[in-house]
Amino acid sequence: MLITRKAEFSASHVCAQSSLTLEQNRALYGLAANPNGHGHNYVLEVTLEGDPDPATGMVFDLKQLKEIIHKAVIEPMDHRFLNYEVPPFDKVVPTAENVAAEIWNRLEPSFEGSPARLQNVRLYETDDLYVDYAGARK
Amino acid sequence: MIRVTRRYRFAASHRLHSERFSEGENRALYGKCNNPHGHGHDYVLEVSVSGPLDPVSGQVINVSALDNLVASRVVHDFDHKYMNADVREFQEVVPTSENILRVIEERLAAHWHSVFSGDGPRLEAIRLRETKRNLFELRAS
Repeated sequence: MLITRKAEFSASHVCAQSSLTLEQNRALYGLAANPNGHGHNYVLEVTLEGDPDPATGMVFDLKQLKEIIHKAVIEPMDHRFLNYEVPPFDKVVPTAENVAAEIWNRLEPSFEGSPARLQNVRLYETDDLYVDYAGARK
Repeated sequence: MIRVTRRYRFAASHRLHSERFSEGENRALYGKCNNPHGHGHDYVLEVSVSGPLDPVSGQVINVSALDNLVASRVVHDFDHKYMNADVREFQEVVPTSENILRVIEERLAAHWHSVFSGDGPRLEAIRLRETKRNLFELRAS
């Protein structure tokens, strides 16, 4: 069974590689290459997979999941400039793909040894663009 | 695996009617959608792609390139059109959502490799929302 919890954070970013010119970055990343940055209201959907515990009837305690997401993602990323304030985005371009993978990496250790496993991270950068990441091995 | 999904919109009209059936059979099969003058929808099209994450650019796909492909091959020809009359494929085929998805997949596949490299992003699925209450999905072959 799958359960999904949604969370939101607002952050700014620039998509550009320091080794490229502004023109090359614009060709690659479009408007997102603006050197001063711009922001999004990111919407995050975290999906866990597991069997409901026969006693509690729960796959995972949703209050606890909310806290895990808050500590691992919302607290460090909300109302931040990702490139300047959230490593590794000082070195890694904070595309939606990389932000989704980073969120996966931050969340996954919390479910080690738990009956539920992290199944998918979906990150909406806008209503019309989202990324699904299900871990490195798939 | 990383999958990137992009959403597009177009407004178009259609009439579900097949020459292979009688008028009565068409009405029974397609109901309100058989109305002789056609009717329209605000379609929402989702295009999902997957592929390797380029470690340098941090991208699975150049979204602007996908936007240009979908705009030129699909949205330009479908938006504010009467599909039965204005879109070539639907002069032969009934523009049900299922058939619209097949036509869109064929159009994207035909031009995919003029835009994206062979080891780059792969078309994974397309979904078409005709109204809030129905959603059609085609897993790309």
